[in-house]
Amino acid sequence: MTRFSWFNATALTLGFAFLYMPMIILVIYSFNASKLVTVWAGFSTQWYGELLRNEEFLSAAWVTLKVAVMSSTIATVLGTMAAYVLVRAGRFSGRTLFSGMIYAPLVMPEVITGLSLLLLFIGIGLDRGVLTIVLAHTTFSMCYVSVVVSSRLVSFDKSLEEAALDLGCSPFEAFRLVTLPIIAPAVISGWLLAFTLSLDDLVIASFTTGPSATTLPIKIFSAVRLGVSPEINALSTIMIGIVTVGVITASLITKQAAVRQAREERMAERPA
Amino acid sequence: MNQPVFATWNDPDAKPLIQFRNVTKRFGDFTAIDDLTQDIFEKEFFALLGPSGCGKTTMMRMLAGFDMPSEGQIFIAGQDMARIPPNKRAVNMMFQSYALFPHLSVWDNIAFGLKREGKDKEAINARVEEMLRLTRLSKFAKRKPHQISGGQRQRVALARSLAKAPKLLLLDEPLGALDKKLRQDTQFELMDIQEKTGTTFVIVTHDQEEAMTVASRVAVMDEGRIIQVATPAQIYEAPNSVYVADFIGDVNIISGRAKPTGEKVAIQWAEGQPDILGTTTTKFDAGQEIHFAIRPEKVAISTEEPLDAANKLQGKVLDIAYLGNISTYHVELPTGHVIKAQTANTRRLSRRQITWEDPVWISFTDTAGVLLER
Ligand SMILES: Nc1ncnc2c1ncn2[C@@H]1O[C@H](COP(=O)(O)OP(=O)(O)OP(=O)(O)O)[C@@H](O)[C@H]1O
Ligand SMILES: [Mg+2]
Repeated sequence: MTRFSWFNATALTLGFAFLYMPMIILVIYSFNASKLVTVWAGFSTQWYGELLRNEEFLSAAWVTLKVAVMSSTIATVLGTMAAYVLVRAGRFSGRTLFSGMIYAPLVMPEVITGLSLLLLFIGIGLDRGVLTIVLAHTTFSMCYVSVVVSSRLVSFDKSLEEAALDLGCSPFEAFRLVTLPIIAPAVISGWLLAFTLSLDDLVIASFTTGPSATTLPIKIFSAVRLGVSPEINALSTIMIGIVTVGVITASLITKQAAVRQAREERMAERPA
Repeated sequence: MNQPVFATWNDPDAKPLIQFRNVTKRFGDFTAIDDLTQDIFEKEFFALLGPSGCGKTTMMRMLAGFDMPSEGQIFIAGQDMARIPPNKRAVNMMFQSYALFPHLSVWDNIAFGLKREGKDKEAINARVEEMLRLTRLSKFAKRKPHQISGGQRQRVALARSLAKAPKLLLLDEPLGALDKKLRQDTQFELMDIQEKTGTTFVIVTHDQEEAMTVASRVAVMDEGRIIQVATPAQIYEAPNSVYVADFIGDVNIISGRAKPTGEKVAIQWAEGQPDILGTTTTKFDAGQEIHFAIRPEKVAISTEEPLDAANKLQGKVLDIAYLGNISTYHVELPTGHVIKAQTANTRRLSRRQITWEDPVWISFTDTAGVLLER
C-alpha cells in the first residue's frame, strides 16, 4: 500500500469531482421545488410526479425500452455467434481481418455509423422508425457483446466441448448444453452492456429515427433546446440510475461469476 | 488351466477392430505420429506406454475423432473413419484432463451421455447408480466437480466414459491420481468389465506395473512411432531394443562387439575382462555392435566364486538399496561399469552377509540376458 499523501488525495478528489460534479448537480436539482432550475427552493419530488403524467415522455420511454430490449437481445445472439466462430474456427485465411472488422465499429465515430446506416435505410427504402433504430443499435452494440463474449471464450477449455461430442451430442447440442451454460455470465453482461448502450444513444438514434419513433435521449435533447426543466432533471436522474445499475451489474457479473467459474473449471481439471 | 490363451493377434483370420494404416499426424511442421500402422483386435486390452509427448494422446484423439490424420487411414470395425464425426462413433474417451462439466453435478456428469441416447429415466437412474457404486462415488453424487478431490474427479471421468458401455473405450491415464490400493481395485474392475462386456480397451498409462497387470498387449512408443508391440511378458523378457528394455523395468546394459562361437555369441565388452556368453536366434556378424541386456533379478551375487556359472565377474559393492521385499546391490566392476543385482529378502531381518565395499562375484547363465542389435 502506498502511504496516504495530500497530493494523492487532492488529485483523487479533483478527478472525481470533475467526473461526477455535473451529474450530482443534476440529481440534486431534480429534487428542487422551484421551477427555476438555478434557484434552490427546498426539497420536493413533485417533478417525478409530473413526469409520470407527461404522455410524451412516457411514450418516449416506452419506445426506448422496446428498442433497447430488442436490439440488445438480437445483438447478444449475433455477437455471441460471431465471437464463437472467431474464437473456435481456428485459423482460416482472413481470420485476423474478420476479427479486426468486428472491433472496428467500436472506434468508428458514431456520426459516421449513424450516417452510413441512414444512407443504407434510404437506399433500400426502409421506413424509418422503431425497426430502423433497432437495426442500427444492433449493429453497433453487437461488437461490444462479441468483445465481452470472446474474451471469455478464449479461456474456455475446448476439451469440454469435445467431451460433449464424445458422449453423443451434436455440435449444436454441445454448445447449448455445455458451452452456453458455462459462458452465460459473459453473455448476460454482454446483453446488459448492449442494453445500456442502446438506452443512452443519441447520435445514431437521431440519424435513423423517423417521426413515429422518438427515444428518450432524442426527446430530452430536443426539450432542452427549449430550456432545461426540472422534469428533465428528474428524467435524467432516473436514466442515470438505470444505466448505473446496468453497468455495475454487468461488471459484477463478469468479474465475480467469470472468476468463480474459471476457478471451478480449473479445479475440475486434472491438477498439473 | 486349459483355457485357450487369448491371442487374437496371432490368428490370421481375425478381423481387427481398429486399424491404423500408415497414419501420420502433423501439427504444423512437427510430426506427432509418424507413419504408424497397427491393428488392435476386439476384446483386447491394449496399453500404450511411452515417454511424455510421444503421441499417445494424439493416437486416442484420432480414434475418438477430434483430430484427423494428416495422412493415412483409420478403420474401426472395417469402416473408414475419415468422415465420421466424434458423436457418430461408438467410442468413448476418458480425457487426460478429465474434462468434467463444471456446471453439472457428479450425477449429471455421469448421466450426460445416457441422456443423449434418449434412454428412459429408470434405465438412466439405474445405470448412473451402478457407475457411482463401481467407482465408489455414491456419497458425492450431488457435488460439483470443484467440490471433490483430484482422485474423485478422476473416477467421475472414468465413470462418465464407462456409463454408455461403448464397443471401444479409450482411457487416457485413467488411474494416475488414485492411491495404490484403489488403483489396483479399479484395475480389476476394469478387467472385470472387459471380461463381462467384451469391450475393447485402449489405455494410456505411465505405470508399467499397471500395463503389465491389465494389458493383453503393450505398445511401447517413442517420438510418434511404436517401437514394439507384444504381450507384457514378451516385452519384459524379450524386448526388441535397448530402448524398450530400458523403458520397461530395471535393466543392465553392456555394449560390445559380437563374436559368434557356434551356438552362442560371445560379447567382447572390455579389455582384460572375460567375454560375456549369450544365446540368441538373431544372427550376428563377427565384430558387429551388440548390446547385452539383463534384468537385475537374473544376476546372482555371492562372496565366494561361483563354480559353474556361464558368466561371472568380479567387483565390489557400491551401494545397497533395501526395498522391503527385495534388495538391489549396485556392484562396480574394475572397468567402471555398475551392474545391478537383485535378491529376494526371504528371511526376516537376516544378518546381511554382504555390505558396502565388499568384494563380490556376480554371475548369470548364458540364457538370462537378451542380445540386441540396437
Ligand atoms: N494441437 C497441437 N498442436 C501442436 N502440437 C501438438 C498438439 N497436440 C499435441 N502436440 C504435440 O504432439 C506431441 C504428442 O502429444 P501427445 O499429447 O500425444 O503426447 P502424449 O504421449 O499423450 O504425452 P503425455 O504422456 O505427456 O500425455 C507432443 O510433442 C505435443 O507437443
Ligand atoms: Mg497424453
